[in-house]
Amino acid sequence: MYIAAMVSLLDIIGPVMVGPSSSHTAGACRLGLLARGLVGGTPQSATIELHGSFARTGEGHGTDKAIAGGLMGFRPDDERLRDALDIMEREGLNYVFEKTTLGDDAHPNTVRITLEREGRRSQMVGASLGPGRVRVTEIDGYPVDVSGNLHTIVLVAGDQKGSIARIAGLLADADLNIATLKLSRKERGGDAFMVIEVDERPDESVRDVIRALPWVKWAFRLEKVSA
Amino acid sequence: MYRNLADAIRDAEARGVPLSTVALEAESKDQGRSIEDIRTVLGRALAVMREAVARGLVGDLYSASGLVGGDAAKMRNGPPGPLAGTAFRDVLARALAVQEVNAAMGVIVAAPTAGGAGVLPAVLTGLAESRGIDDEGVISALATAGLIGAVVAERASLSGAEGGCQAETGAAAGMAAGAATEMLGGSPRQVGHAIALAQQGTLGLVCDPLGGLVELPCVFRNATGAAIALAAIEMALAGVEFAIPADEVIDTMGEIGESMDVRYRETAGGGLAATPTGRRLAKERLYELKRKH
Repeated sequence: MYIAAMVSLLDIIGPVMVGPSSSHTAGACRLGLLARGLVGGTPQSATIELHGSFARTGEGHGTDKAIAGGLMGFRPDDERLRDALDIMEREGLNYVFEKTTLGDDAHPNTVRITLEREGRRSQMVGASLGPGRVRVTEIDGYPVDVSGNLHTIVLVAGDQKGSIARIAGLLADADLNIATLKLSRKERGGDAFMVIEVDERPDESVRDVIRALPWVKWAFRLEKVSA
Repeated sequence: MYRNLADAIRDAEARGVPLSTVALEAESKDQGRSIEDIRTVLGRALAVMREAVARGLVGDLYSASGLVGGDAAKMRNGPPGPLAGTAFRDVLARALAVQEVNAAMGVIVAAPTAGGAGVLPAVLTGLAESRGIDDEGVISALATAGLIGAVVAERASLSGAEGGCQAETGAAAGMAAGAATEMLGGSPRQVGHAIALAQQGTLGLVCDPLGGLVELPCVFRNATGAAIALAAIEMALAGVEFAIPADEVIDTMGEIGESMDVRYRETAGGGLAATPTGRRLAKERLYELKRKH
């Protein structure tokens, strides 16, 4: 008898990736790719704080190269990852790597990335969970749970009744199917952080329509980063 | 996907089809993709595996720390041993090759993981070449390998940090043994025994990389993992049966992994990483790495 389960055969035979480590290299690259989405492109500067095993063995695993490559838009199977630090310098990008301790509760492979592009500044905390899977746990101080397994739209909205219905309507108009929608806020009556995972790749115009809503403070589109 | 191999083997035997057929059908149903589409993706993985083997055999790649590299080429061009000219020696060379490419930040297929990525391509491409198996046969074998890995992921673990090296190169050996046994004409029942025979030979294997890097002993564990897979394939095709079913051997691997001390789970706190030489090499090489930065 066959029972549907989450494990896919293609997750086992794959992904195609630059070595040496699915957690420290491929996962690190995915975190860089997700962070990049928060500023809408390649950041001009970034501070990358490595925690735990990322800090201890990151250099030997090319974790620094992988994150820098991800920030520049290289995917985990892109051979340019090997030379990502040289490319970064050549492009005049200012990425600084530091070792840090984010507390005992933080996953051993955690990174905090503070990045800036064209005046927009953002901060993301994420962890590489092994076999290439990642989880973003914090964006600009809001607790979130983003896997990058689907296309994701993140936005901050002022406390507004009916905001979810409005956004859901806009996405339906754009023929996008919502897979998950999560909401979090720092305090009652405060801004709401919305994470929406959709099955299809949203067009940039969708992001712009959402941005045009008066109560939306900002909105970004994160790439699907799973294989 | 199937959660146990016994069901998959029974379904395949009942219909007189190979395990890859039931694996592809289950994947197609789970993921809503056509079998043709899944085979295309597996075909691309096979192409990357072949490229990694070829790239590694050139012998000019070294890892970031310089701890590993150049040994695949020695197996290809070095002095003969008792197995010179055999598929066995060729498979060992291929396993080292892929893992040297991985350590040097080259492109590989993580199957099931990057640390255990050498075993499956070495066994499948090596045996396919020596026995004249076409690509369609190898792609089917990859589907069977995926089924085996999915069951291991479900019942035990595919992560050295969770279950030690038995969950990485050990699982890879089980996947390669089962997949190649099908590829070479073994029945689903024989595939089950090949998996059990390979996995039992790696039970208890710890993950103890120097400095925590996927280099040493990882590169060599892929070669010895491939050797265990070859032993299992040879025995299973000869009709040797292992009394404990594959599912239960996999469960055993999971149980051993859970009770394994954290020193032996990728932390470089025990095993070879904690030997005097292991500690010294890790310290020297990591220092060198920092200087280069």
